Amino acid sequence: MSDLTRTPQLIRGVRMREDPARGGWVLLAPERVFKLDEIGREILSRVDGERSLETIVASLAAAFEAEPERIAADVVAFLDGLAERQVLAFR
Amino acid sequence: MGIQTDPRLAFAEAGSPVPMGMLCELTHRCPLQCPYCSNPLELERKSAELDVEAWCRVFREAAALGVLQVHLSGGEPAARRDLEQIVEGCRDAGLYANLITAGVNIDRARLERLEAAGLDHVQLSFQGADAETTALVSHMKDAHSRKRAFAREVVDLGLPLTINAVIHRANIEQIDDFIALALEFGARRIEIAHAQYYGWALANRAALMPTRAQTERAIARVEAARARLKGRLTIDSVIPDYHARYPKACMNGWGRQSINVTPAGKVLPCHAAETIPGLEFWNVAEHSLGDIWRDSPAFAAYRGTSWMNERCRSCDRREIDWGGCRCQALALTGDASETDPVCQLSPYHQRVHQLAQEESVRIVEGFRYRRPS
Repeated sequence: MSDLTRTPQLIRGVRMREDPARGGWVLLAPERVFKLDEIGREILSRVDGERSLETIVASLAAAFEAEPERIAADVVAFLDGLAERQVLAFR
Repeated sequence: MGIQTDPRLAFAEAGSPVPMGMLCELTHRCPLQCPYCSNPLELERKSAELDVEAWCRVFREAAALGVLQVHLSGGEPAARRDLEQIVEGCRDAGLYANLITAGVNIDRARLERLEAAGLDHVQLSFQGADAETTALVSHMKDAHSRKRAFAREVVDLGLPLTINAVIHRANIEQIDDFIALALEFGARRIEIAHAQYYGWALANRAALMPTRAQTERAIARVEAARARLKGRLTIDSVIPDYHARYPKACMNGWGRQSINVTPAGKVLPCHAAETIPGLEFWNVAEHSLGDIWRDSPAFAAYRGTSWMNERCRSCDRREIDWGGCRCQALALTGDASETDPVCQLSPYHQRVHQLAQEESVRIVEGFRYRRPS
């Protein structure tokens, strides 16, 4: 259904950073701030423009002892959502 | 109640808010003279402007307070020769540096220096979608071609670009053209911001106000374009509120998320707050930003809900729109603690609708251009 060979990358002008004043992590984008939950942060910390969706899913599956098939849909939905909001792109 | 005079109480009641964004008016100098400028009618002189060291200290204090993004604005921020150092200070403090510019006086070499200093994003204003309209509104003959050239340089350098268009009667039929312009440049975001009537825009309201039919057409065009361009161009819009039924959550609530610093270092809850008489603003030259955020009388005045009249305080929407906009309440009712009259529950609501209708069809000779007095 979704192509796991795609490689996600944050686009220029988008940065992830810790938000000590409010707690947690955020994604800073042009005139917008996205608050990340723990899962979002785990996914994005693996997005480096090098790793494919498949590699990212495998890494998360290993870290959280889950079946890759079970988490792939969530990871893809999360990153597709960010792509739609133009903070992330695939190649 | 009218005004909250106990800063600690207001701060606690509002849940100890942490600011997210800071708008820094680095200067009021500007090569353009747009008649809806958000600067006050009384423009600050160059000699009163904060120096770069002061700005860098403000950035560090802002970051410690929880601010994430800084909007470097003006006037025209590039009118300052030390803009590069200001951008650098912003990034050194860990903040997201957004430049809000007219784009008529930054050449390629300077843009490269700003990029090297760590600039994150550029927001470029267009007064019209064609050269004639841009010249009419900005009162600068060749502004449009300069802006076009600047937009191309920004994208060519790989910097993310937002196009900002303030919408009013003279350009409201150009919505699709503004969007086409953004697509042509490769901008990823456009702001379609209907004029908000404070300061200069209030002085020019009768020349700027579009008709209700025009406004509805404009909104429909934005919605159609948004659906058509999903994932390609982000379209954010500020809706024209004189024709609305509920007020906007101005600044997402007074003293909740935003800080505005004037060229001379005065700290305001919003850029128009100085229009409200009797508010005491503190200056970064005398107080730390944290003290100002927590303890200054101006931030306390309309923070939370205890300042509200009964109509607002008992309303289900009190923490949705926070009573709307204080400056607008003042401008339209004479009382800053009134319900924003855009709200259909306000006793002044009908009058505002009527005023919007009358002014939108009145023929007005020309603009009162924004100039130092």
